[in-house]
Amino acid sequence: MRFLPIFWFHRCWTGSACAPNVASMLRYALKRLISLVISLAVASVVIFAVIEVAPGDPASFMLGVNAQEDTLAALRAELGLDVSKLQRYFNWVGGMMVGDFGTSYTYRTPVSQMIADRLWVSLPLALYALTLSTAIAFPVGIYAAARRGKPGDLTVMGATQLGIAVPNFWFAMMLVLVFAINLRWFNAGGFVGWDKGLWAGLHSLTLPAIALALPQAAILARVMRSSLLDILGEDFMRTARAKGLSRRQALWRHGVRNALIPVLTIIGLQFSFLLAGSIIIEQVFYLPGLGRLVFQAISARDLIVVESVVMLLVFAVITVNFLVDLAYAAVDPRLRSRT
Amino acid sequence: MTKQTFRSFASVLAVSASLFGTQVFAKSDITIALQLEPPHLDPTSAAAQAIDSVVYTNIFEGLTRFMGDGSVVPGLAEGWEISDDGKVYTFKLHDGVTFHDGTTMDAEDVKFSLDRARSEDSANAQKALFAGIENIEVVDPLTVKVTLSEPNGNFLFNLAWGDAVIVAPESIEGIKTNPVGTGAFTFGEWVQGDSITLNRNPEYWGDRPALETATFKFISDPTAAFAAMMAEDIDVFDNFPAPENLPQFEADPRFQVLVGSTEGETILSTNNKMPPFDDIQVRQALAHAIDRQAIIDGAMFGYGTPIGTHFAPHNPAYVDLTGNSAYDPQKAAKMLADAGYADGFETTLHLPPPSYARRGGEIVAAQLAEVGITANIVNVEWAQWLESVFKGKDFGLTIVSHTEPMDIGIYARPDYYFQYDSTDFQALMDTLNSTTDPEERTRLLGEAQRLIADDYVNGYLFQLAKLGVAKAGVRGLWENAPTAAIDLTQISWSE
Repeated sequence: MRFLPIFWFHRCWTGSACAPNVASMLRYALKRLISLVISLAVASVVIFAVIEVAPGDPASFMLGVNAQEDTLAALRAELGLDVSKLQRYFNWVGGMMVGDFGTSYTYRTPVSQMIADRLWVSLPLALYALTLSTAIAFPVGIYAAARRGKPGDLTVMGATQLGIAVPNFWFAMMLVLVFAINLRWFNAGGFVGWDKGLWAGLHSLTLPAIALALPQAAILARVMRSSLLDILGEDFMRTARAKGLSRRQALWRHGVRNALIPVLTIIGLQFSFLLAGSIIIEQVFYLPGLGRLVFQAISARDLIVVESVVMLLVFAVITVNFLVDLAYAAVDPRLRSRT
Repeated sequence: MTKQTFRSFASVLAVSASLFGTQVFAKSDITIALQLEPPHLDPTSAAAQAIDSVVYTNIFEGLTRFMGDGSVVPGLAEGWEISDDGKVYTFKLHDGVTFHDGTTMDAEDVKFSLDRARSEDSANAQKALFAGIENIEVVDPLTVKVTLSEPNGNFLFNLAWGDAVIVAPESIEGIKTNPVGTGAFTFGEWVQGDSITLNRNPEYWGDRPALETATFKFISDPTAAFAAMMAEDIDVFDNFPAPENLPQFEADPRFQVLVGSTEGETILSTNNKMPPFDDIQVRQALAHAIDRQAIIDGAMFGYGTPIGTHFAPHNPAYVDLTGNSAYDPQKAAKMLADAGYADGFETTLHLPPPSYARRGGEIVAAQLAEVGITANIVNVEWAQWLESVFKGKDFGLTIVSHTEPMDIGIYARPDYYFQYDSTDFQALMDTLNSTTDPEERTRLLGEAQRLIADDYVNGYLFQLAKLGVAKAGVRGLWENAPTAAIDLTQISWSE
């Protein structure tokens, strides 16, 4: 249960001794590291197998229906597709270990370069969306918690329920209709590039960021609200009131701070979702991001690109989890002995 | 601000601008949207049409070239002579043509390009175009002599393909990402996943184009395509992917809609070797079971021309044979019964991703069900289609638009995926290939069209329409698509 450590955080913050035992911490870290390596190895096998099993020869796709057999063979040799699958798997994994993700079949450029280019769109977009969703969710969640059961709270609960239910691409289409087609405040899609300036870049990412942020903000606001309500029932909150703080003072000084921990966990999860899961939004706004790259690569049977990007995303998620585990273990000594 | 007030606000601005003496110049840049992004920019080593859309006649030129009406005219070759036996072509090249890197285009480059395309390790997707070349000889820097093993009436046409453009040995290494050609536009920048920019070539040997820069953007999602056009983010959408939205553009004075024809014969391909389709009676029944107009209306929102054979209706040699396979479900059911399938039969219908296939397939399946044929729909990606249908021949029926120009010759290949094996047709094609007299060629082409229509090789549905949307002020766009191309040299803005 991920939310368990909140209370330990709380106790640490309120002053009881919680200095981590260095030796047990290291042992725990090593165990987690081994499990990380095994997860990555398993993931690489699964990704390679799943993608290679799907029918479709990249060379035939590229050369089309009139290609002659000798032409296809020449292209396969050029792409390195003429060796056994096992050999290709080891070439791929071996390359990745030294930072070489291979060369795209279709674009003929290094995959690492392509990923780096696309990250310049996807990463700022994810951060932008995350900032927006946090900026919306915090005040809304706090507002709802402070007015529990009152009309304001009910309105927020209704609106966030709607926000969770409506898919982000529908928001995207509505935003385009209003702000791009009717009002002309934004372009309907596309990315101008950071070389046109920070403002121009952010401007072209605004609609997609809002579309991505709204459903996430709805989730986050609900988490914020319920986390805050949990905290409000805690003993220390009663103590704070007893010391003479007003409801509002107690809420801001002690409540919000302690309620943040589960919220931060959700924000962490949302970030990896936003980075990896914006495929549809990138399609709707035709942004040159990571999601669109995977989408194009799948239909073009650019296997090496699909494999490498998926592997990279798996690596990012597993690493984030690893770090989160370590952070939890640092504050909750019980977790170290459990694994 | 409502649209109305916004517009009046804008017009006030415009009026005040003219009061202050600001002159309005014709625009010299254009943004063109394509549905697919080219994988790379070498037209001589891939089948992707998006490559030709960007580079054909803009960056790269061939000895001959297509015009918007489908005619073949001189390109880098100023003219040519054909020997009496039809085997030797002597091309005279334009003088003073340079590649974008400053090197001279001469006969050596022509020899290099054609040799490269037909070589053993060539990656040319249309290698068959060059199969008949026996020898290429550089006579002098501006004269090339090409000798064919036998006469080929299509040779000048073949040389107009994007796969036959002239490239230079000096710049061939980087052609995929930094194409260097002889065309009126030079390669500017490629932001992968987003756009490609071309700039006017100041050293161009031919007429100076009106446009200074052109940007190609890639928008695959139909909804996004509609939004981008409506928001006026782009000026031209080549092959607009959402025909259902066209009436809206037609009604809007800001836009023009261009409805033309492509080279795409959309057919219900039939596996001629797989029972029961090896029986001509079954294939004929199939043909009569199909209501073409219903498919055009339902799947293509009315855009498309019915065809009765594998030939483009806009071609002068086209013969209308739709009557040969007129919609008649009773006749179809009776023919099926005569062939021994009174209770119908079950087969597969493989559908690749384009909407002509996916939407059209649903309608075809429903029409076949009317006469008792159960067609089980299998949706496939292109790569899968190539693997299982085209190469593996593991299918009963499939719907595909054959977009190569003048490709009736595929019926002479018995190993081609629909597996039509007719010695009559093969002999006819041999005669056609060695005939150079235009009238005789037209007659032979008519005969070929009739032969495959009478053999009911495939179900012939419709000619795929080319649906373009552009801002009202854009001039010089191709209405038809004799080949995938956006000829920037002809495009300009009206005042």
